Amino acid sequence: MIRDVLRKPWLWSFVAAFLVWLATMAFTGFKGGGELISAALTFATFFVIVGIGQMFVFTLGPGNVDLSIPATMTLAGSVAMKLMDTQDSMIVIGLLVALVIGVGVGIFNYILILGLRIPPIIATLSSSFVILSAAIAYGRGLRIKPPPLLAEFTTVQVAGIPVLAIAVVILAALMGVVLHRTIYGRSVTAIGQSIRAAGFAGVPVERIRFLTYVLSAVLAALCGYLFSGFSGGSSLSMGEQYLLASIAVVVIGGTSVAGGNGNLPGLWGAALFLFLVQSMLNTYQLSAGLRYLATGLIIIAVITAAGGQKTLR
Amino acid sequence: MSMGERIVSLDGVDKSFGAVHALAGVDLACDSGECLGLVGHNGAGKSTLMHVLAGTLRPDRGRILVSGDDLTRSYDVAVAQSRGIRCVFQELSLCPNLTVAENARVFHASLRGLGWRRRAGKLILDKLDEIFPGHSIAPGDVVGDLGIARRQMVEIARAFSVTDTPVKLVILDEPTSSLDAVLAGQLLDFVKRFVAAGGAVILISHLLGEILDTASRVIVMRDGKVVAGRPAAEFTRDSLVAAMGSVAKGADESSARTAKGREGAPVARARPAGQRNGAELVAHRGEVVGLAGLGGQGQTEMLRALFAAARRRSREASVREPVALVAGDRQTDGIFPLWSIEKNITIASLRRMVRGLLVDPRQEAVMAETWREKINIRTPDVGNNILSLSGGNQQKALFARALGSVAGIVLMDDPMRGVDIGTKQEVYGMIRAEAEAGRTFIWYTTEMDELKNCDHVYVFRNGRIVADLARDELTEEKVLHTSFTEEAA
Repeated sequence: MIRDVLRKPWLWSFVAAFLVWLATMAFTGFKGGGELISAALTFATFFVIVGIGQMFVFTLGPGNVDLSIPATMTLAGSVAMKLMDTQDSMIVIGLLVALVIGVGVGIFNYILILGLRIPPIIATLSSSFVILSAAIAYGRGLRIKPPPLLAEFTTVQVAGIPVLAIAVVILAALMGVVLHRTIYGRSVTAIGQSIRAAGFAGVPVERIRFLTYVLSAVLAALCGYLFSGFSGGSSLSMGEQYLLASIAVVVIGGTSVAGGNGNLPGLWGAALFLFLVQSMLNTYQLSAGLRYLATGLIIIAVITAAGGQKTLR
Repeated sequence: MSMGERIVSLDGVDKSFGAVHALAGVDLACDSGECLGLVGHNGAGKSTLMHVLAGTLRPDRGRILVSGDDLTRSYDVAVAQSRGIRCVFQELSLCPNLTVAENARVFHASLRGLGWRRRAGKLILDKLDEIFPGHSIAPGDVVGDLGIARRQMVEIARAFSVTDTPVKLVILDEPTSSLDAVLAGQLLDFVKRFVAAGGAVILISHLLGEILDTASRVIVMRDGKVVAGRPAAEFTRDSLVAAMGSVAKGADESSARTAKGREGAPVARARPAGQRNGAELVAHRGEVVGLAGLGGQGQTEMLRALFAAARRRSREASVREPVALVAGDRQTDGIFPLWSIEKNITIASLRRMVRGLLVDPRQEAVMAETWREKINIRTPDVGNNILSLSGGNQQKALFARALGSVAGIVLMDDPMRGVDIGTKQEVYGMIRAEAEAGRTFIWYTTEMDELKNCDHVYVFRNGRIVADLARDELTEEKVLHTSFTEEAA
């Protein structure tokens, strides 16, 4: 039992997150440890939301990646904020519109990928320029505040734990069930191992890939909506750090880059870890150059530690 | 090279994978100038033994002697190569993204400097010409674009090609399983010439005729041990089968199958894209329809067209029932390497096992366990990874996937590659029983024996149907004749 747990690749991201937390605490003499954890939970929540979508895309196999996540966040966030115009009564409509934007982006991406046969990395990169231009044209770069109720929901805490984090833990658990126990999830992992074998086994390959890109875009849109509420409004640069973060949490979390092997618990460990590394290096007051260097080295160390999966034979 | 010189000998070799004891105290010796035939059921330990010889697996116990030197400690692939021991495995080892010539270079590190690509191309081309005259493979072809038969040919030619180290012993593991009768004949003739010139070959095959015809000495393996080893002349087909440990069933049991009348509407029909006359493939419910001819003459494409027709409208083919496919190239088209045997079996049947929105793990376990017993997949636990099975047992899992699904039509793309005789008989029996029960089989095979299980056979040549033989018209001569000469019909 214990050995089974120790063999899980996602374990390492939690161990790493805990060690980084300890290292930070050692510096501050264990002051503010609780606050640091709630801050980490808050920011990790947003990483996890986009990470889930990116993880499903990665699990489709080599070459699959969604680079349009930041642009989708920005477009969905700014359209929803402008539409709601700070009125609490519009919250649900704003959410629905954000999700519809996600569906639209997913469809657009997939048209480029399947219809025009553009590799996903190029297709989603180029579509992100189109999406971002739409956001600029629509919002003119103005920052519009969220409805107070939405701001409240995205920041409220119960006993130091953000409510949103609890909701996203439940979301991640549900998506874990989707990945491992539904036909859709099984199909995604089949395609990720061998797209030809999946086709011959009767998996509707193109439909599953389509659904997965839509899922990723919808989650990005949801994240944009919530993050706009959390950070006091949408802005054109709000998605910036989510491009690398969405990829990093998937990889650090133990999902196989080669596809076919998704991993949900690891997303949380990795997201906490990413945030805690940043705050640790800030606490140590290192120069920017050293911070980047240390971040890179730490990520390499964690992936190496987690990556020792043995193959049979 | 002198005859009768001891090239390699293994002495009391043991190898285990977890709880599976793959080799238990195996002794084996091979001399120059002999072709050693190696037979045994799937999972008898043949492939493991060859991996030990090739240096890709280290034995747990035992000694390895090459030309009299004890190399047990240092033995690995590089040592094996430098001593002239080469191996063609069942799992092909070419890099699919490289050309034929580049793959030759990967193997021969001495091809360096300006013009290496041309020299590598010439090296491999000369060998291909020698073994498979008229092969039509170019050195610039990308390996991934070649069919499985041509990949196998390149692999074989590469193993026999020589640059700075001599070739003394070549291990061929099921080399003819992807080749049609003509290519297989060319290869076996070459093996005989190679051996006569003082080389040595270890030949593994499930086709006992090949072994008896080509090998000078035959070794029989069972449950990880060598149970018999005698000159080939002292064996007959039946005594070999008996030594392998399965009862020789009446070989012509299958021919008792009588031709059925073809009435009513067919469940599947298809016309090759390049067909100029009105010939078309027709399958009725409960029939076993064979696709014959030389390898790569459009049979696989026909099966793919039928498979695609189950999903979207197609001009080439139409089917009236759900379709399942048993792939021949199991590595790229069949197995899911990260999954357990159980998940590999159930993937095509998940829709039946859904409760609410979720797949019911108990039903999955029941299905996998049922099929493990039904077709005797050799594993202690269907929860083990699919790669823990030997090649033939992996293929059985793929059969279980198709036969366990609801598909009324089962397409088979030469699926018996690397499957032993006992298993083949079992599968033939199962196909017949399923056909009686109303399932339709469309079966591409390169083996004449398998065509005898069919109700109706279509012979393919150049992507077209050239003959349409009912069961009572089917003879080997007719199939061979029509495979080679294009009919005006």
